[in-house]
Amino acid sequence: MKKAQEHTAPKKYGMVIDLDKCTGCGACMAACMAENNVPFREDETDKNLSITWLRVYKLTNGKKFPNADVCYLPRPCMHCEGHHGHSPCVSVCPATATDYSYDTGIVSQIYTRCFGCRYCMAACPYHVRYFNWWDPVWPEGMEKMLSPNVSVRTRGVVEKCSFCFHRYQIAMEKVRYEGRAELAEDEYQTACTQACPANAITFGDLNNHDHAVYKLKTHPDAFRLLERLGTNPKVYYISSREWVRRQGDNYLENEGKVVAKAH
Amino acid sequence: MSELTYTEIDATVLNTLTPPKRAYWLTVAALAAGILIGLSCWIYQIFVGIGVGGQNNPVGWGTYLINFVFWVGIAHSGTLISAILYLFRAGWRNPIARAAETMTVFAVCTAGLFPLIHLGRVWLVYYMLPYPNQRYLWPNFQSPLVFDLVAISTYLTVSSLFWFTGMLPDLAAARDRAAGWRRRFYKILSLGWTGEHEQWRHYTRGYLFFAALATPLVISVHSVVSWDFALAVVPGWHSTIFAPYFVAGAIHSGLAMVLTLMIPLRAIFDYKRIITDDVLENVAKTIIFTGLIVGFAYATEYFIAWYSHNEIEIESFRWRALGDYSLEFWIMVVCNSLVPLLFFFKKYRRSTPWLFGISILINVGMWFERFVIIVGGPAHDFIPHAWGLYTPSAVEMGIMLGTFCLFFFLFLLFVKHLPSVSMTEMKETLEKGSAHGS
Repeated sequence: MKKAQEHTAPKKYGMVIDLDKCTGCGACMAACMAENNVPFREDETDKNLSITWLRVYKLTNGKKFPNADVCYLPRPCMHCEGHHGHSPCVSVCPATATDYSYDTGIVSQIYTRCFGCRYCMAACPYHVRYFNWWDPVWPEGMEKMLSPNVSVRTRGVVEKCSFCFHRYQIAMEKVRYEGRAELAEDEYQTACTQACPANAITFGDLNNHDHAVYKLKTHPDAFRLLERLGTNPKVYYISSREWVRRQGDNYLENEGKVVAKAH
Repeated sequence: MSELTYTEIDATVLNTLTPPKRAYWLTVAALAAGILIGLSCWIYQIFVGIGVGGQNNPVGWGTYLINFVFWVGIAHSGTLISAILYLFRAGWRNPIARAAETMTVFAVCTAGLFPLIHLGRVWLVYYMLPYPNQRYLWPNFQSPLVFDLVAISTYLTVSSLFWFTGMLPDLAAARDRAAGWRRRFYKILSLGWTGEHEQWRHYTRGYLFFAALATPLVISVHSVVSWDFALAVVPGWHSTIFAPYFVAGAIHSGLAMVLTLMIPLRAIFDYKRIITDDVLENVAKTIIFTGLIVGFAYATEYFIAWYSHNEIEIESFRWRALGDYSLEFWIMVVCNSLVPLLFFFKKYRRSTPWLFGISILINVGMWFERFVIIVGGPAHDFIPHAWGLYTPSAVEMGIMLGTFCLFFFLFLLFVKHLPSVSMTEMKETLEKGSAHGS
């Protein structure tokens, strides 16, 4: 079993989201909140104070009818690789409460280690990180629905999308128990991927030839958010519409085709 | 200064240490009440959560870090005056060096509170320290916040030692004049100073070395503070000019605070012959210089935004001047770089009311500079969907009130209990051409 583990190539989990398929229904957001015990408040009118690990943004092309067009863009944590794991949030955390895993390519958040300086929130260009401004409270009865696989967070710590890392841990336990070398693609999937009714989200190992994401990320219409910032994110988007791809980064009017550069 | 004699200096300075009047204690009590308000706001925040403040998702850094940078900035010109100008033998700094250095020590103490107040779980702040533990967990030495911890604690240590060392002969002079418990108090503080030749030899060497040690800290500490911002990718923060920009701003605000403190001090304590109009005029002249650097930095930021052709950078700076926080931005520009230009005219440099008024305006302007940078950056950065605004809440204002009261509380205690002008250095420079006279 030890030998089998040594031969496993380092994994790099990532996501490809097809924006042409996304209808903006928000099922991924709901699935994510339920799966990860994300707290909510009675009054969620101020979205700047609420926690949503995955949030669906609405993009518009700014044109009038009949040329108006809309695109919905689900935004999980990008799990930036940066240069050799130096993602913007990981390098600024003073307590090493967030870390880049070279085994999975997942940017972790260790709630017990975080003391809430919020530097990672300021440093994250995608604003995927959320702070627990208060202690989480669930309406009576709802606390019984909390997932036992995910720890609930106290006030004063930062949290964010973990690519449902607890599912990876459970799947790997099974793999090790059965003495297998590899984790199959369908054994580890995120909640949002499974919840998407339009099959817009594909999740898998970007380094593995057999996984669907491996091919999809080289799609000619693939792009990444803020590509030019050098954050090297692991979430790819696909859109056949040029204006959507251009909005992914600060492209100038007269620039050529927008593509994802690092594969 | 030549009309003063040794006895007159001793008498003027030591007379300030006579038992204070009722009005003094009432002011001290009022400030203590302000500190209690701040303390109770902080305790409330610890028990309920940071949500009692106005911070939100794009703007996770609010008044706590604004005040942190503000007070660290104030601290800097104390050391500039006491250490750098000492090494440059600028004799005019002698009458205000002690009070300015005291301002440094208390401002660093006040500043040091803010990162603690800011934390979501302040009771775990020891995670910043590299202590041995079973899990081999270390602080992340790449994080500018860890740089900050090192920089600020070094600064506090060096500046308080420098402050205390410089005060030893004066404490002994106070001891020799005092009686009763005051005598015992100064006896302990003066560490057995007798004024022997050997002691003076060690003292002058020690003072010089501390000045030399403190000098690089003036540059380094605020550079490190600026990297908290410059090392994050946020537009408006991620800039190479930040270190010199922040150091100049720090000295600018600190010099203004020196004027704000010295003008009432010399009025109340009859220091007019010691802290002369010439001294204040020299501070005002230095303020012109720092004000011009700060104004140049503002212009450079706009030039670079335009020159970069980067849409995000351009939008970020357009929004600063014309967007939701444009009022704060223009307060910053007018108070920091335009108002100090009045000091080009001798009339304003030599008029105490003008000096005082302008110094207050610069303090306000420098506070808003930190607001514009710290709040303005993340509030309006890369992803338009994540844009948001920030308004400080009442709890944050209470904490801010408390810390301002704390600073003035400590300073008031200082002026009545410790010699607020360095008698030693005043005497050294009585004769022209002496040690480091003007």
